[in-house]
Amino acid sequence: MTGNSEDPDDKLKFVGLWARLLNAFSPTGNPGDAMFRGLLFTAALLSLLIVVGMIVALAGQSMLSIRQFGFSFITGTDWNPVKGQFGALPFIYGTIVSSLIAILISVPLSLGIAIFLVEQAPTYLARPLGFLVELLAAIPSVVYGLWGIFVLAPFLRVHVEPPLQSWFGWLPFFQGPITGIGLLTGGVILAIMVTPIISAIVRDVLTAVPSSQREAALALGATKWETTRVVLVNGAPGIAGAVILGLGRALGETMAVTMVIGNRPQISLSLFAPSYTIASVIANEFTEATEDIYLSALVELGLILFFVTFVVNAIARLLVWNVTRKTGGVGRAA
Amino acid sequence: MTMLTAFCTIAAVGILLIILTYIALQGVTSLSVAFLIDSPKPVGEGGGIGNAILGSLVLLLLASGIGLPVGIAIGIYLSEFGAGKFGSMVRFVTDTLTGIPSIVTGVFVYTIVVIPLRHFSALAGGIALAMIMIPIVARTTEEMIKLVPHSLREGALALGAPQWRVTMGVVVPAAASGIATGAMLAIARVSGETAPLLFTAFGSRFFSYYLDEPIASLTVQIYNYAISPYDEWHAQAWAATLVLMTLILSINIAVRFVTRKKF
Repeated sequence: MTGNSEDPDDKLKFVGLWARLLNAFSPTGNPGDAMFRGLLFTAALLSLLIVVGMIVALAGQSMLSIRQFGFSFITGTDWNPVKGQFGALPFIYGTIVSSLIAILISVPLSLGIAIFLVEQAPTYLARPLGFLVELLAAIPSVVYGLWGIFVLAPFLRVHVEPPLQSWFGWLPFFQGPITGIGLLTGGVILAIMVTPIISAIVRDVLTAVPSSQREAALALGATKWETTRVVLVNGAPGIAGAVILGLGRALGETMAVTMVIGNRPQISLSLFAPSYTIASVIANEFTEATEDIYLSALVELGLILFFVTFVVNAIARLLVWNVTRKTGGVGRAA
Repeated sequence: MTMLTAFCTIAAVGILLIILTYIALQGVTSLSVAFLIDSPKPVGEGGGIGNAILGSLVLLLLASGIGLPVGIAIGIYLSEFGAGKFGSMVRFVTDTLTGIPSIVTGVFVYTIVVIPLRHFSALAGGIALAMIMIPIVARTTEEMIKLVPHSLREGALALGAPQWRVTMGVVVPAAASGIATGAMLAIARVSGETAPLLFTAFGSRFFSYYLDEPIASLTVQIYNYAISPYDEWHAQAWAATLVLMTLILSINIAVRFVTRKKF
């Protein structure tokens, strides 16, 4: 053996390799730094792994259903697990319509709140009122559901839906029996739930619009309201992001909607009719799904919901980031 | 115009006050010491939410035990080493994760924990809640650490401290109160979660603190009672809601009070 001459070389090589490995993690070459950075890196990697894991696990579990039904899963209108019929269109319809109602109600409301708090109200009013509006977001979904069943649904049944029917009954959206449980109630409760989210982000966006814009408009002789319009135009991409973010939240909201939407898989033009959403059917039927294909179909619904909300959120984040980062504002909204 | 925008704000605040008052009025009628420590009984015999309170505590402890360290570590990584491409990718993914519906998290945990173990468990529920906490904690931690003045870092580095000592010994302690508030808000948020627990922790009508068995929680109990046909259970749902809301609101108001002067 010529070990005598090789040993120091090997040792040097090894030390060199170790040093390079350490340097990859910490330019300072301190072993504590390398370990520290490695540990934090692992945690950061975990967040990516969760997303990748979600896609792999959900796709894996829904393979059975995807293979058997293919595209007809999305276009099928019959959901009857006993007969082995799995068509998800009624859920997709219910999810989209209830979320659209929520957006239609909450966007004007949130814009009003944000404009009032940022542009008009004095600070001593804006801070506590802003906090109270944000508290709406702290109320759990199941509590909204409980309140929805016992307060909101009876209220809409008695005071809102009959007048709507008598004025707009010629439209197909406001026909049919009035029960208080259905798409409209689901949409209204969703609107209350997403309003604090949208208004908080719009507030951030408006705050991030540079004051020079306001000063310029005022200097040109614009009224206060005209100035606000300039600010709104400036923040438009961010506001769009906020609305899309609210939409994403509404699409995936589960408990409150499940408790007031009626849970009937049907497609009806009437907003008073009971309906069903993707999230609700998962919540209601997941523990009852005893057959593999049934469970697989429900997981596929979860996969659809995951992809839709992921894409919606990604678009919204990019829009909001562009506005609040460029002008150096701190993103407060989660 | 100011009238209109002021009206929007008053409407939102009004709805909040209506909901909170209603919960307080309805909840207080069935609230008693026995209700807080008993386990559920059949309709007509009273019963309480003691097991649900214990279950929620176990789930929150478990979720915090997993979610807080991981979330805070991700937050520190993002603020200290997150300038590059990988950093922005992680930031983007955590931001997007906060928008993933919690029911999807429930389905995910069902496939990776419940199916291999073959039964519902407190462990699965805790993991699901932890997964919801992680992105929230990570982003607030990052924002809070970014508020620490750069001169503190430079001072420590100039004294010859390695980076990990600078971060753990100087920067993180300086941001500790902010990180703690973020953690408290995350706990408040997940304590109201129901959807991810339905098919992970499942629920139970008995006292239990075993991690490998199904466990009760306040939120699932509220849900089950709310959709039941019995008036007595409805009343109990309101009382349980009052307990839950007291917890969540006191965390939120305390956090607001503590951070009011600082940020």
